[in-house]
Amino acid sequence: MTWFDSAADAEKKLSGSGYLADQATATTTYLAGALEKPLLVEGPAGVGKTELAKAIARSTGAELIRLQCYEGLDEARALYEWNYKKQLLRIQASQGDDQTWSETHDDIFTEEFLLSRPLLTAIRKETSTVLLIDEVDKTDVEVEGLLLEVLSDFQVTIPELGTITATRRPMVLLTSNATRELSEAVRRRCLYLHIDYPDAEREHAILVGQVPGIEEKLAREIVDTVTRLRALELRKAPSIAESVDWARTLVALGTGTLDQATIDATLGVVLKHSSDIDRAVRELKLRQA
Amino acid sequence: MTLLDRHIAFVEALRSAGLPVSLSEGLDAADAVLTLGLHDREGVRAAYAATLVKRQPHRAGFDHVFDLYFPALVGDPTKPVDPDADPDNEPAEMPEGAQGLGDGPADLAAFRDDLVNALGLGDPDALQTMAREAVQRFGLIRGRAEGEQRWSSYNVMNRVSPGELVDRVLQGLLADLDEDPTMRRLVEAQVAVFSEMVDAEVRRRAAEVRGPEHVAKYTVRKSIDQIDFTSARKADLEEMRREIGPLARRLATRLNKHKASRQRGPLDFRRTVRASVSSGGVPLDTHHRPRRPSRSDLVVLCDVSGSVANFANFTLMLVFALREQFNRVRAFTFVDEIHEVSDRFHPGADPIETMASLAASAQYASLWGRTNYGRAFTRFTELHADALGPKTNLLILGDARSNYSDLGIDVLQQMVKESRHAWWLNPESPRHWNTGDSGARDYEKVVKMIECRNLVQLGDFIHDLA
Repeated sequence: MTWFDSAADAEKKLSGSGYLADQATATTTYLAGALEKPLLVEGPAGVGKTELAKAIARSTGAELIRLQCYEGLDEARALYEWNYKKQLLRIQASQGDDQTWSETHDDIFTEEFLLSRPLLTAIRKETSTVLLIDEVDKTDVEVEGLLLEVLSDFQVTIPELGTITATRRPMVLLTSNATRELSEAVRRRCLYLHIDYPDAEREHAILVGQVPGIEEKLAREIVDTVTRLRALELRKAPSIAESVDWARTLVALGTGTLDQATIDATLGVVLKHSSDIDRAVRELKLRQA
Repeated sequence: MTLLDRHIAFVEALRSAGLPVSLSEGLDAADAVLTLGLHDREGVRAAYAATLVKRQPHRAGFDHVFDLYFPALVGDPTKPVDPDADPDNEPAEMPEGAQGLGDGPADLAAFRDDLVNALGLGDPDALQTMAREAVQRFGLIRGRAEGEQRWSSYNVMNRVSPGELVDRVLQGLLADLDEDPTMRRLVEAQVAVFSEMVDAEVRRRAAEVRGPEHVAKYTVRKSIDQIDFTSARKADLEEMRREIGPLARRLATRLNKHKASRQRGPLDFRRTVRASVSSGGVPLDTHHRPRRPSRSDLVVLCDVSGSVANFANFTLMLVFALREQFNRVRAFTFVDEIHEVSDRFHPGADPIETMASLAASAQYASLWGRTNYGRAFTRFTELHADALGPKTNLLILGDARSNYSDLGIDVLQQMVKESRHAWWLNPESPRHWNTGDSGARDYEKVVKMIECRNLVQLGDFIHDLA
């Protein structure tokens, strides 16, 4: 199965499932599907990296399997594990029967006792699958090695069961917030996409699409203000997630327009550091000193 | 030139611009471009970017080279497209000063009026058209050879001078000029975009005449973490300041991981035996005492005279961003007098304010305003002798250019002896050490001198230090 027919098709399908992609994002997504290569997505927090994977799954009718990475993630949590408690029960239950050891051995290393973790699940799926490896920069370097092995051939060798090869290659998305430099090897094997803050037009469209009941004028004002905030040098510039939150807040408050007093009162929704808020108040001249 | 040749030349040019493009990535790129088709230039750009650029800091250099090898148009943008024209001959046939569109003072005024409108609207396509026109009309200079044409972005910026138009644009947008400083910033950003477009257009025209290899070789800038502190432009410095935060975060993660891996201390016998009770007396898991964290004191001495002030500020910001990795950090600045600045750093403070406060404090570090290392060291030992001790690491930042005055080698030797370790970070290339009034080679005999010219080298050093 092909994922998307063309870059334009990718853009159309993604926007159909509520994700407004710019041209670079749509093209790269299409290429990731067409070339069957993993896609490494980087960008500031809250610009929709994880959402892209979800949107691809929604728009193509594929199943989404998510591997959330964290410090200390190991093979047993990422790939597979034997359910040793159940195996122990099985051995104890068969005591007294005149089963030989080799029979028991063959018995306890079967499908029934295998706990499949996200990577193995994605490989074994018969239907089309999107595998999302989220925040890959949080893992240790050893897991990166494991990922390399799995993502290059899409096959896993389990000593007791043999080699399992993917019947259909899943589409793989890796997201990273760049808290750690990923290894050169991972970067080389992946396609790379940097998602940045959207331009004003696209952000406006996103707000209108994501926040039901928002007025055109309010959306325009929010986009304007957020664009101006991003031009300031802040510790954490507001991203799309924040502007959507802001829009929801203002809609919930029932304010139809964004004046100085409203900005001042709700600034905490978009800016999360006190030094950032101070700077914004000063630069936008919200409070008269 | 066939498509394949162009592809190979493009990949070559990217490599010489400092992007690590491997053979397999080049193959992927060719694959991607063929899959996508060549009908859309931005599509080709996206395909190349996805396969060849794996780090965002490299993106600017990539776009730069891409525009040279896959230009958006060929020849004079103000003339209507003539499909029969041979692009190789076109520039030579053109008379000087584009026909129809003059470059006289009246034309310039009219053009600037149009530019004010375009800047106010902020439409990138309109700006692009204006930039192309500006280069064609106001950027032409005579080349060295007969009939050769050249374009100069300096000429364009000098005549059009968009920076002076900011106020006029603002007048069109706002009633009150001082009402909203963020608006000014947006317009200034538009001006920066315009001048970047003019630069790109000049490069494109130059590449047509002299070949893209030549232009790529001389104009592609390094990525921001490779630019020298001493040769950075104002815009580069701002970008570097924005990089400090993320760099500190990355370093802290790396350091914490590194420390966690070394944390297994000696066996905790009591806890191990206790835990073994639950597994029938067999000690399945051993428990260990945590290692004592060994943190050192850090004393930083910074030369903040004009030539190296930026380097000193960046290093100070980075050191203080990582202060939890040290027991205590004290920072002193000097020109010819010593001044303590440790209290100007607050956790979670705004980097811009910190920088401004540091710059303001520089006056206390200067008596006559001429760098004098010998005097600064002497004053340091007189006033702050208590700062150094057997657990202290001493870090000196500066270019060791002491205006031919006393170097104070003996004083420095004494300071190095009192502290545990001592390093000297020099933002100059070793090539320049001891040229002119630099005393680098003399100091090198007393203290370990390390070259630290850009953010990469700075990051590596700070990591090893903590």
